[in-house]
Amino acid sequence: MSIQARHVSKRFGDFHALDDVSIDVESGSLTALLGPSGSGKSTLLRVIAGLERPDEGEIVLDGEDATAVAPQRRGVGFVFQHYAAFKHMTVRDNVGFALEVRKRPRAEIRSRVDELLQLVQLQGFGDRYPAQLSGGQRQRMALARALAARPKVLLLDEPFGALDARVRAELRAWLRKLHEETHTTTVFVTHDQEEAMEVADRVVVMNKGRVEQSAAPRELYDRPSNEFVMSFVGRANRFGDGWVRPHDLHVTLEPNGSTREVLVERLVHVGHEVRAELIRDDGERLVLQLTRDEAERLELAAGQIVYVRPTRQTVFEEARPKDVR
Amino acid sequence: MRKYGPRSIALGYLLIVLVGPLAMIFWRIEAEGVGKAWSALTEADTIHAFKVTLILAAIAVPLNTIFGVVCALAIVRRPFPGKGLVNAFVDLPLALSPVVVGLSLFLLYGRTGWFGPWFTGHGIQILFALPAMVLATVFVSVPFVAREVVPTLRELGDEQEQAARTLGASGWQTFWRITLPSIRWAIIYGVVLTTARCLGEYGAVAVVSGSISGRTETATLRVQDYYENLNQAGAYGISLALAGIALVVLVVMTLLKPQEAAA
Amino acid sequence: MWASRAQGLSGFWYWITQPEAVAALELTVAVSALVALTNAVFGTVLAWVLVRDDFRGKNVVNAIIDLPFALPTIVAGLLVLALYGPESPVHVHVAFTRTAIYLVLLFVTLPFVVRTAQPVLHELDTQMEEAARSLGAHERTVFTRIILPNILPGILSGVAMAFARAVGEIGSITLISGNRPFQTEVASVWILNQSQSGNGTGAAAVAVLLLAISFLLLLTIGGLRRLATRHERA
Repeated sequence: MSIQARHVSKRFGDFHALDDVSIDVESGSLTALLGPSGSGKSTLLRVIAGLERPDEGEIVLDGEDATAVAPQRRGVGFVFQHYAAFKHMTVRDNVGFALEVRKRPRAEIRSRVDELLQLVQLQGFGDRYPAQLSGGQRQRMALARALAARPKVLLLDEPFGALDARVRAELRAWLRKLHEETHTTTVFVTHDQEEAMEVADRVVVMNKGRVEQSAAPRELYDRPSNEFVMSFVGRANRFGDGWVRPHDLHVTLEPNGSTREVLVERLVHVGHEVRAELIRDDGERLVLQLTRDEAERLELAAGQIVYVRPTRQTVFEEARPKDVR
Repeated sequence: MRKYGPRSIALGYLLIVLVGPLAMIFWRIEAEGVGKAWSALTEADTIHAFKVTLILAAIAVPLNTIFGVVCALAIVRRPFPGKGLVNAFVDLPLALSPVVVGLSLFLLYGRTGWFGPWFTGHGIQILFALPAMVLATVFVSVPFVAREVVPTLRELGDEQEQAARTLGASGWQTFWRITLPSIRWAIIYGVVLTTARCLGEYGAVAVVSGSISGRTETATLRVQDYYENLNQAGAYGISLALAGIALVVLVVMTLLKPQEAAA
Repeated sequence: MWASRAQGLSGFWYWITQPEAVAALELTVAVSALVALTNAVFGTVLAWVLVRDDFRGKNVVNAIIDLPFALPTIVAGLLVLALYGPESPVHVHVAFTRTAIYLVLLFVTLPFVVRTAQPVLHELDTQMEEAARSLGAHERTVFTRIILPNILPGILSGVAMAFARAVGEIGSITLISGNRPFQTEVASVWILNQSQSGNGTGAAAVAVLLLAISFLLLLTIGGLRRLATRHERA
């Protein structure tokens, strides 16, 4: 199912949660809504689901105006950050709820629930209550529940936010795999840009109720359309008028005409890469990224003075960003 | 439409069951004549009845406040064998009919009761006199302070108190300066409920007091007295006074609720 | 309190089988059960309106719910008598009938279910309702399958308290019921009358039976409550 939001606005009292937001989600794609708290991403997701009504604008699902359609009839599967498990029902009853509500025959419900429990690897947990499950298990149950009625679109609101890092990584990979197998249009909300970049085909970056940029992850990183996107997606250092990525800084041990002096404050070794936290001569903090070999070649150490020069810089004018070499 | 359905059902129910009857106070006073009501209110026996009610409350409320706080502290902070029993005992008056309470006192302190003979032997009259009424009033109003303080104490946790101990405070100091201030709203709310209960007590006192006008009659008993003697004005007059007090109690309760919840 | 049992077993049996006493007990239990049920329904509706709805004067409504707690019961009885008795301004005359007892008990037990259901309703996770809607459930289904099961423990607590209160209520009933034996005499009134006419034994016997019945019913409700919350303890 394709999704379009057209000029959607939503206010909560004085707070503008969404301000003239328009997005286009292709059928079968995996899209992330990325942004900081208060950017409106969850609100947009809920408007798409029908859990909130927009003050202005339309939601178009599969070419038809669904703005006034109740959530019950939109054919969406919604997954909440804190699971929203039916705590008074067993796992089986939770997962089968959508089918029960559609009055499917009991045998059909039973086999579909079994199928789903297998899919999310909760076979054997069917008769337990949510209170007896871990966070990760509850979220898997919530996913199974949302998928039960074969929704045409899957919406996930910070689905892994409440889980610990390892479980999060596992579920991310699982979600990606699921999408590749079923090709259900999926939209998920996150404030974690790594998660968005890793999982999604397409990322919509939002800030303060507006869409900043909508593009594939690579494009967002290489060609950000404004300062906000540049600094939010990936790290970026301010250099005068422009911005420089940590791996676009060239390091030398001797100064030459266009370099700036920096003090290495701290070195962080992350796997094969080295991240150096630098303090520039004017007090500004920078982040430098190089490979382990490069760092060893320079014999980089904390407390050392070195010299850096940007190899690639991005400057944002009012209208468009410009690349400066 | 869906919204107005429940709302009108709820408000309609309230009107029939609660608000309607309440409005009757003014209707009836007016019908019977304010003058008659007033003269009944200022009769000597009526004034005495109010005095009796107030004396009973004045004894029961402080007693039950102290008892309630002590009980709450014991139940929440110091689990002891039999704690469950004490907890149940405190809640008991809520489930018991006041008549049963009165009856128990009646049997205990009557001529053939366990304690009766001892007291009459020493020339002390319990039944049909103030002592029995005090006992009855105290017993029926036991739960309120304890029931308000227990959950508050539980939620508070004893970390603050532990901190005070590590800083050198003695048990009494800890109680007075840390515990008490943090439960004060719960106590006040409980006191208000206790007072309302004492003022409104009827059944238990009816059994043990004999309802002797000018001696062992309380305000509530007097209402019945007036009504049965066809002095409706008198009955409604006292009712208005009692309702006025109840209204004050209600206002205080409403004002205190958010304080108590926030504590 | 235990003195009531010291009256002898044969006396006990005699008094609890007295037809008048039996009639009083039956009336008490029947009316109290009806009152408890009525409260279960309307108390829930009231709690719902107070938590989920908003209208002018809602705060006042919320406050007066507590009035039956603050008002002396005899006054309550008098007022209900005034409105639904001989000189009723709305021409409803049910005084000295069972309906009167029912009405006055509704007044007195009004706050119980409302006050126990309110906090539970307030804390209900609305996302469960949203989840149910997104899964296709209609509003009525959302109420019966999601909301109701989760507020049921709260409702049951209130029902238990309302029942216990109704069974033992005396002050409000004395005036309005007329205390006609076999017709409008409730157990508490019978006990009061017996004790005032010196029949301590009979009063005690019936009081004990009344206690036993209350106890049994409270246990049952407690059991139901435990059943409704087993998912929390699992």
